[in-house]
Amino acid sequence: MRVGVPREGRQGETRVAATPNTVAQLIKLGYEVVVQAGAGERSSFTDDAYVAAGATIGEPLHAEVVLMVGAPTLEQLDRMEPHTTVIGSLSPALDPEFVAELARRPLTALALDAVPRISRAQSMDVLSSMANIAGYRAVVEAAHEFGRFFTGQVTAAGKVPPAKVLVVGAGVAGLAAIGAAGSLGAIVYATDPRPEVADQVKSLGGEYLKVDTGEQEEASTTGYAREMGQDYNRLAAELYARTVPEMDIVITTALIPGRPAPRLISEEMVASMKPGSVIVDLAAANGGNVAGTVKDQRTLTANGVRILGYTDLPGRLPTQASQLYGQNLVNLLKLLTPGKDGQLVIDFDDVVARSICVVRDGELTWPAPTVTVSAAPGAAPGAAAAIRAPAAPERQPAPSRRYAYTAVGALVFFLLVAIAPEALVPHLTVFALAIVIGYYVIGNVHHALHTPLMSVTNAISGIILVGGIEEVGHYSTAVTIVSACAILLASINIFGGFAVTRRMLSMFVRS
Amino acid sequence: MSVNTVSLAAYLIAALLFIRALAGLSRHETAVAGNYFGIAGMGVALAATVLLAAHDGISALGVVLLVLAVLGGASVGLWRARVVAMTQMPELIALFHSFVGLAAVLVGWDGYLSVERHPLGPAASVLRVEGTYGIHHAEVFIGVFIGAVTFTGSIIAFLKLSARIKSAPLMLPARNQLNLGALAVFVGLTVWFIAHPALLPLVIVTLIALVLGLHLVASIGGGDMPVVVSMLNSYSGWAAAASGFLLNNDLLIVTGALVGSSGAYLSYIMCEAMNRSFISVIAGGFGIEAPSGAAQDMGEHREVSVAETAELLADAGSVIIAPGYGMAVAQAQHGVAELTRKLRDRGVTVRFAIHPVAGRLPGHMNVLLAEAKVPYDIVLEMDEINDDFPATDVVLVIGANDTVNPAAMEDPGSPIAGMPVLHVWEAKQVIVFKRSMASGYAGVPNPLFYRENAAMLFGDAKDRVEDLLRAI
Repeated sequence: MRVGVPREGRQGETRVAATPNTVAQLIKLGYEVVVQAGAGERSSFTDDAYVAAGATIGEPLHAEVVLMVGAPTLEQLDRMEPHTTVIGSLSPALDPEFVAELARRPLTALALDAVPRISRAQSMDVLSSMANIAGYRAVVEAAHEFGRFFTGQVTAAGKVPPAKVLVVGAGVAGLAAIGAAGSLGAIVYATDPRPEVADQVKSLGGEYLKVDTGEQEEASTTGYAREMGQDYNRLAAELYARTVPEMDIVITTALIPGRPAPRLISEEMVASMKPGSVIVDLAAANGGNVAGTVKDQRTLTANGVRILGYTDLPGRLPTQASQLYGQNLVNLLKLLTPGKDGQLVIDFDDVVARSICVVRDGELTWPAPTVTVSAAPGAAPGAAAAIRAPAAPERQPAPSRRYAYTAVGALVFFLLVAIAPEALVPHLTVFALAIVIGYYVIGNVHHALHTPLMSVTNAISGIILVGGIEEVGHYSTAVTIVSACAILLASINIFGGFAVTRRMLSMFVRS
Repeated sequence: MSVNTVSLAAYLIAALLFIRALAGLSRHETAVAGNYFGIAGMGVALAATVLLAAHDGISALGVVLLVLAVLGGASVGLWRARVVAMTQMPELIALFHSFVGLAAVLVGWDGYLSVERHPLGPAASVLRVEGTYGIHHAEVFIGVFIGAVTFTGSIIAFLKLSARIKSAPLMLPARNQLNLGALAVFVGLTVWFIAHPALLPLVIVTLIALVLGLHLVASIGGGDMPVVVSMLNSYSGWAAAASGFLLNNDLLIVTGALVGSSGAYLSYIMCEAMNRSFISVIAGGFGIEAPSGAAQDMGEHREVSVAETAELLADAGSVIIAPGYGMAVAQAQHGVAELTRKLRDRGVTVRFAIHPVAGRLPGHMNVLLAEAKVPYDIVLEMDEINDDFPATDVVLVIGANDTVNPAAMEDPGSPIAGMPVLHVWEAKQVIVFKRSMASGYAGVPNPLFYRENAAMLFGDAKDRVEDLLRAI
């Protein structure tokens, strides 16, 4: 199949969906890559670099698979062939009209920004990789606006106090901001409604400020923060009111998927800050966490606080952002190209493929069933089972009973071996270990190879020949003759088994 | 370094090579190499054993018989392997299992004749000194028992698979009690034999085990054969392991255990695919509930002509072929492969959906399609393809019935309820190649045939596929 990489159509987009580095990886997966002339220009990738990586320059929208950063424009959609698969950050949850538009066409659309937050899908989680860049860039933007050093210094000209930074929301962007601000030398504080992130904040050198509700702590089940209750919000507001006036920099990253951003920093809090302080609102696209944020603008409040509402932070590092985004895409295509043969396969049994599919051959498949993830063990298998609807109910025994069975089994074996004559013990040992090895060796056998496997094990069990040889020609003539019969039978097995296996295996060919 | 340690070292190497062989066989890329590892392991083991036998002073008669038996066995084995048709693989493998079973019985009898027969002989005295004389009795007994069950069980499986006897299950009254009774008698005889290692109990147990094996497999019908064959595979491994205990030979123990546990695991996979209990399979005669006789009125089925089918295929963008045992019986795999090539040349996406228990042997369909040169990467397992049916234009069901029966999912009262099946009915159009409207092996009526999007193409699968090839 051909993979097309067009120049992004939306206003202000500086990124590109593939870099020369990722093009080479796509080719390794068996795809042909067609890049639009000038597609990588704004990310500092020249057409020559793409060609050197193995791509051709041409019309990308006629390829079977079209890779994009943002959603395609209607004009781009119109130019695509039927049955094209378009992959990009389509934001299906925020843009129902666009989803409806997609569903009117005989296309397949995969929203890379909808991968579930499960460990297996981390390598393709574009929201994380872009948030990481946004968090870093937020600190850089803040430092640019801020009139002082971040780090504290004692110089001949006097002592400089370190800047104090508050990061609201310790998601991926928040954590990146904590790391970046910390490495510039600032003192970093962070808040988040999810108590489980405290350790992550600490590991990046930040200090976690806990909203003390006295209630039971709750772990998130989707991996994202959710909207908090009234009580929590009141207590959080008190915490912000107390902390914000001391801060030089405030970076807010609080987003709840599919909802307007929560308003966390009120006008009074902004007014309480010192002149020259900087606020970076990463939630500006969804309404902002801060009173007074204007989307895509830098605003100066009456008391001299600068509020940055930039929404294109990842695009301000286009080279880096394109590389990470392109790598996310490669990782997704690795999953969707199981044969590494350039054939895209969308398998709805796979939670990842199911979750990101918005439209499949013109049929609306959005939204996908929810996938539950959490740090707490035991949640993930349930999600997988939920997708395979007709599967029989799990008959896993309770853990305590499993332990009991294991204990009883171990005891039985222990007694068996303990009472066995000593000469038998080594045999029992190899016997037990060989059983376990046999089980694991067969564990992931390909279904198509069941017959050859069986005929090879068949040949191998002809090893009983050894038994016949040991007995032949020693004891009485009767024994010798009986043994010879055993040898004859076992030889048929061995030679026939291996030969027929070879014959079968030579028939399997790839297309 | 003595001859003994050399042979032990060789046995260890052989055991490792066998493990490598089984591991290799789990993936296409390494399968051929895996087979060679197995051959190498066998070569090493044989060389070491022959060396050991020569060292122990083998008689001239023994040498002659050994050479003759190996040469005879090799020529028969290689000849069978060369001429066997791929559709006959199940019976060949079943027959091979019976050889291992019989060989185990013979080795067990050898053990008796060389040791217990002469309670005052040198071999027996050595065991008495080691304190394993009683254990040896038990080993002889167990080895003979497992071997004999494997032997007759495999023979019956072979006869059923090669259609030399009816494949319908034998339904004796109280068959479970019979099986359990045979086991109880076996335990009793073992105790007797350990106390008094005489000829009589050994003869009785051999006979009982032969009958038990016969009955176990006779009470299982043809459609459950994939499980039976892999179960017998496992039994033949246990038989070899029992012989290993008998002869104090670790290589036999290791190899037997490898084969036994891998075969058991394979049967377990098959059972999962049929939604049956593993325990009831090992016990034999499983899942033979009386088919629900109540023939509901399902409505009218629709027939379709070859020309109409050809037209459908010509307009289709994607086609899935779901083959079953019927394709093997009719030897239609070459025609199907040709059809696949033609359709693919026209740009139609053609894939195969293989139910885990399609055919009479695990992986049987894959081997047949491979023989007909269908690329293995378009031959998909049920789980890999089941969600793709709704996006498929045409499904060709060739000689499959129970594995595509929607009643398994929709009718909780059906005998096959809960068995995972291929969701062929979700495709836009289903064409069923079938000889008549008779029900499948499980005797369950198939509502698929009466669906609005399903049509029947009656006749021998091979003829119909060839007609189709001409019409396209």
